[in-house]
Order: sequence, then C-alpha cells, then structure tokens
Amino acid sequence: MTTEAVTLEVRPRYTLPMAFIQPFMAMMERDLRVLRRDLVPFLARTAMQPFLFVLVFTYVQPKIGAGAPGFQDVLVPGLIASTVIFQGIQAVAIPLVMEFSQTREIEDRVMAPLPVWGIAAQKMTFAFLQSLLVVLVVFPLVYIVPVNTPHLHVSPLVLVTIIPLGALLSASMGLLIGTAVNPRQITLVFALIVMPLTFLGAVYYPWSQLEAIRWLQVITLLNPLVYLSEGLRGALTPQYGHMNYVAVYAGLIICCVGCTWGGVRMFEKRVLS
Amino acid sequence: MATPQTQQESPPQNRIPKQGQTIQTRRLTKVYPGGTRAVDALDLEIENGEFFGLLGPNGAGKTTTIGMLTTRVVPTSGEMWIAGINVRARQQEVKRIIGVVTQFNTLDRRLTAWENLYHHGRYFGLNRSDSRREATRVLELVRLEERGKSLVDELSGGMQQRLLIGRALVHRPEVLFLDEPTTGIDPQGRLALWDILLQLHREGQTILLTTHYMEEAERLCQRVAIMEHGKILAIGSPEELKGSVGAETIMTLQAEPITPAFIGALKGISGVHSVEEGPRGLQVFAGDSRRLIPQIAETALAQDVELSDISVSTPTLETVFMRLTGRELRD
Repeated sequence: MTTEAVTLEVRPRYTLPMAFIQPFMAMMERDLRVLRRDLVPFLARTAMQPFLFVLVFTYVQPKIGAGAPGFQDVLVPGLIASTVIFQGIQAVAIPLVMEFSQTREIEDRVMAPLPVWGIAAQKMTFAFLQSLLVVLVVFPLVYIVPVNTPHLHVSPLVLVTIIPLGALLSASMGLLIGTAVNPRQITLVFALIVMPLTFLGAVYYPWSQLEAIRWLQVITLLNPLVYLSEGLRGALTPQYGHMNYVAVYAGLIICCVGCTWGGVRMFEKRVLS
Repeated sequence: MATPQTQQESPPQNRIPKQGQTIQTRRLTKVYPGGTRAVDALDLEIENGEFFGLLGPNGAGKTTTIGMLTTRVVPTSGEMWIAGINVRARQQEVKRIIGVVTQFNTLDRRLTAWENLYHHGRYFGLNRSDSRREATRVLELVRLEERGKSLVDELSGGMQQRLLIGRALVHRPEVLFLDEPTTGIDPQGRLALWDILLQLHREGQTILLTTHYMEEAERLCQRVAIMEHGKILAIGSPEELKGSVGAETIMTLQAEPITPAFIGALKGISGVHSVEEGPRGLQVFAGDSRRLIPQIAETALAQDVELSDISVSTPTLETVFMRLTGRELRD
C-alpha cells in the first residue's frame, strides 16, 4: 500500500526478534507456573505406568520364579521411549483438544502478539522440555526397581542426540494429534493410537528380533516409536541388537518434520478462517 | 428515511486513512468457502474515544467484521486500519494495540483471576512489575478485587465475564472489541457490566461492541450501525435512528380482517403518517396518539373490522430495524 507511508504512526514498531521472543517467553512463563503448580500430579501421571510395569515384570516375576531373563535390559530403552511419546499425547494433545473446543482458550492465546505458527512453536517447545523432564523421571525407575540391575553399555553420543530427537518427536506428535482430533474422538485416540503405538513400538522386544515375524517387522516401521525405542536401545543396551543407526536417525527426523509441518498447518487452519 | 446516512457510495479507493480515527475499513468483504457473503463491501469509520455499536440479528456479519478487524478472519478483499496501522499487513502490531472479548469464555482455567490478568500483561510485553500493577488495577476496575485468588471455575458467570473484559484491558488497548458481551448473562450481571463499560467510555476508551439487544445499543452506544446480510443499513446516534422513523408514536393493532380499505381509511385519519403491516400486527405511525385511539376504533367499526388490541409505543431501534428490513431483530 503506497498510502501507508503517510499514515500516522501511533506506536513504536516492535522490531524482530524481540517482538517474537518476548510473548513467546511470556507464554513459557505461564506454562511453567502451571507445571510447577501441578508438579505432583504430573509426576504421578508420568511415572505410574512405567513404574508398575517394571515392578510387575522385573521385580515381582523374578521373585516368584516367573518372567524372562534379561527382560529388565529390554525394558530400559523401551519404557523410556514409550513414556516420552505418551507424554506428548497426554500433556500436549489432550489439553490442546480441550483448548480448541470446550475451553476455547486457544482463541485468547491467538490474540497475543505472536504469529499463529509462533504459538504452535511455543506449545511444542514447552512440550519438548517436559519430555526431557520425563526422561529424568523414568530412567531412575527402570534402573532401580528391577531385582537384577540392568546391564547398560552407554554410547554417550547416541544418547545425547536420540533423547532430544525423541522429545521433539513427542512434542510434534502431540501437536499433530491435538489439532487433528475433536473431543468426541478422544477415547479413540487411546484405542487407535496410543495402544497400537506402544504395544507395537519395539518397547517390550528388540525390533531386530522380529525377523521371526517378518510382516510385523515391516508394518511396524510405520510406527514412529519404533525408531525411538531402537535408537535408545542402541544407546543403552546394544548387546541385544538394534536397528541400523541411519534408519533410526532418518526415521526420527522424517517423523519430526512431518508431524511438525502437519501440526502447525492444522493449527493455523483451526484458528484462522 | 431522511436523517441517518444510508450506506450507498464508498469513499474513493486510494484515500489516505483519516487521522483521529481509530478504526477505518474500506470495502471490507468476507466470502466464506461455500459462497456465504458474510460481510459485503463494508465502509466503517470509528472515531477516537467513540462507543460504537454494531446492531443486527444473528448472522448479520457482526462477528465476522470483528474477526477481520482482530486478525482472526482473513478478509476476501478490502482494507482496514486500526490507529493508522494496516491490519492485513501488520497483524502483530495491530494485536498489540487491541483488546478483544470474544463471544466465548476463553479464560485460562488453570490460573486464578489475578494470574489471568498478570500473564495477559506479560504476553503483551509488560515487564513483571508493570504487569503485576496493571493486573491489580484491572481487578479493581472490574470489581473483583476480593476474588483475585479464585480459580476461574470458582467465579460466577457474571464475574467470569467481567474478568474476560478486564483481561482485554490489561495492556491498555487503543480499541476494545466486545462481541456480544452480555449474551447469556443474567439481568443483574448485565447492568453491572454496562456500568463498567460506561465508565471505560467516560475515561476515553474507544469501544466497538456488537449486540443483538437493542436496549444495549441504545443504552451504551454513541453511534449505532444497523447491520444485516453483511451490509450497514443505517448508521447514526440512537436518537437520529429513532428520529428517522418519522413518528412520535407507533400503534400496533391486532385486527381481523386487514383489508386494503381498512388500511386506506386508517391512512386518511389526520395525524397518521403511515400504516404498515409488520410481523407483530398492523403498525400505525403517527404524531400524538391520545386522540387517535377513538378514531381508529371508529374506523374499524365502520369498516366492519374486529379490533382486538391496540398497543402504543414510542420508536425504538427495534422499530428502526423492522422498518428497514421488515423483520424483527430477534427471531
């Protein structure tokens, strides 16, 4: 618009990047306040499922003379991976579904001086940090609870790259599911997404051992959790075999990019008309 | 239809937005996918400090208009400025200087009343101490100082609505947008809200309000635009609009049968300006009503028309709307 140069400027122009960083950080501050307040329920919710799992399969069963030897080793990467992914669904997707429909809080967040994609990015960033926190909560559980202490052979470089990728995957999947699902479908999310994802996510067995059931081995390549479980398996318990690292990193990166792109697109579509 | 300017011609395309005007739109249009023309070439000018109302039935295009002005709805064509800033081109800057109260309760349920205000201030660039101070100021303004520590769900509907308006004021916006702010609020809550809005107006706040309650528009607004099918049918102060009816009183008759001869005879009575069939009955627009009632009764008798009721009222914005559209405001 040529006319615009002549118009009256009432306000100073906010310059990037501060115009972006400031409201972004303010939203982080809000999320942090809510997390601090809900820390105990957050920890309970996060830790209960993996805790019960290791308790039954790596403490109770060996004590009563049941269970497979070495299962505690298999579960370390598996349970960390599944808890991180589940976290994204529980802490991002479900609240987001509510904010879009019932509470409509998102309509207010969108009025903040941040582009719509920036609001989506903030939600993902906080989810990313929460997922990192989840790793810190779950790791001691799966290491301490078993009767037989897991044998870990840690590859530090793999570990410090896989964990952030896993947290990002969790955040981006949370965003995508949260924007794609409507409240009536929430129970279906558990039945059709969470359950198959975790049970067929190479959580309770190494993916490489699926050689015996070739069709399942191939189909589960569509499951993003497989790449995370296998990446962590390589980083922590490589003695059981793991998927080739190229496939692990490629799989994780493709899933992250795809879910982020889809999630942000859906987010924009749902708040703008 | 003499006094208020009906919308016919649009200003020349390349005129520079006027100074002193907080909101200006130029041929603003929104066509939704599917072809619904929600807002149709809307030209609107709202002055600094003005309390302006968009009055119309549901589906008139009021919410879409606010949606476009507040960056939520992408216009199909046309331009708009807020405080001289082009809304389409510089959305983030515009968001910083507007306060928006949507039709829905969008309060942050996980925060207390005070925290809702404090964090809102932070989103809009206030530093911690300014935001704390503003949150406390606004809490008093919306008369919730006792309830600052309550979580949103612990507040009554009216209180939540006041908090919603308060939150939109924390960053001291140039314009406050209110989309149907009293829908679903009990009458007492509505009065409390009106008081707050009038106080804001006295303090110089520019306000754009949409409503389908004509009392609300009449009570609060300095100027009202009557909207239907995405167009402004008439614009002016409530007095100007009511004056445009051209009658001091309106008598609504319930009569059977309504024959052309009866209508003709009514029109012949001295003091009657016009007679129209409306959704509520036969409407007689006239000057002073007192002497007319017996004459109307006599006319009915002479025409063999059975008259079951005559009610007398003065023109309201509802009457204006009905005369413009042939429909009632609330249907």
